[in-house]
Amino acid sequence: MSTISTHKDRNFIAVIGDEDSVTGLLLAGVGHVDGANKNFLVVDSKTPLSKIEETFLEFTKRKDIAIILINQHIAEYIRQLVDDYDQAFPTILEIPSKDHPYDPEKDSVLKRVQRLFGE
Amino acid sequence: MKTKLKGAQTGHSLLKRKSEALTKRFRAIVQKIEDAKQKMSKIMQAASFSLVEVAYIAGDINYQVQESVKNAQLRVRTKQENVSGVMLPAFECYMEGTNAFELTGLGRGGQQVQKCKETYVKAVETLVELASLQTAFVILDEVIKMTNRRVNAIEHIIIPRIENTIKYIISELDEQDREEFFRLKKVQGKKKRDQQAADKEYGVVSSDKSVYDTEIVDTALSYSEEKNTSG
Repeated sequence: MSTISTHKDRNFIAVIGDEDSVTGLLLAGVGHVDGANKNFLVVDSKTPLSKIEETFLEFTKRKDIAIILINQHIAEYIRQLVDDYDQAFPTILEIPSKDHPYDPEKDSVLKRVQRLFGE
Repeated sequence: MKTKLKGAQTGHSLLKRKSEALTKRFRAIVQKIEDAKQKMSKIMQAASFSLVEVAYIAGDINYQVQESVKNAQLRVRTKQENVSGVMLPAFECYMEGTNAFELTGLGRGGQQVQKCKETYVKAVETLVELASLQTAFVILDEVIKMTNRRVNAIEHIIIPRIENTIKYIISELDEQDREEFFRLKKVQGKKKRDQQAADKEYGVVSSDKSVYDTEIVDTALSYSEEKNTSG
């Protein structure tokens, strides 16, 4: 069970996404760079899968991140990791991207909802 | 032991009620999540469009934006909400520090950039809302499972166990009662026999003491009979 102290100091939003999504969200002011530590990752066709996985795991382990936003098509690449993740903090949110419309069928949370209600 | 059973039953009904309350809340949250996801799709689409507009007017700002990030301006903070003993977090955005992108689009399209920023801030707010719903969902899910487990444990293991113990104790007590009853009967028979023997020996006058003794046995007998029929 999460206690107050574990999420009191979580106040950043991390982003893993394609260039446009990341730019937009950074423009809104979610980005935070602390030395070499960034809280966002731009994924393009050249980004290796291992890099995405590594970043995802790193973000989930960081103590100052409250929410992780990830583009749905990128979440697809690391679907196993996303589905296996069951912690309350940080929260993982799959967001649509410009080129990939949002598909509720693939969302890991909605999938859980459906499994729970046996549909 | 009876108090223990009563305690277990009260606990069971309380937990069941808690689980029902949580499930109700849970369903409401699921509904909200679905709505919010739909809303998010729309707002993200609008945000993407505004970014495209910026790209059209101001050129590619992606690189510029990514490089000028320093401190997070938009942050979230967590609040707590108590739902039948479960702490649910709720995120809330707030602005802090200065705008890092004041100079972005200075050459051209500054207005578009600002507009785009506003759209994205709104989008992030929606996302944050959705995220808090989702966190609540995950936590509630866990708590409901735990509560149900407890309810079932009490219903199927603890209560039957206590009931068994009570049954055993009652049967033992009954056994003891029957033994006692039988013993008393025996004693009474013996007393009567003695009485008759004494009567024969000393004539018709019976001693006061033996009458007194039979009376005690009689009352004890009737008492245990009563108890046997009621228990």
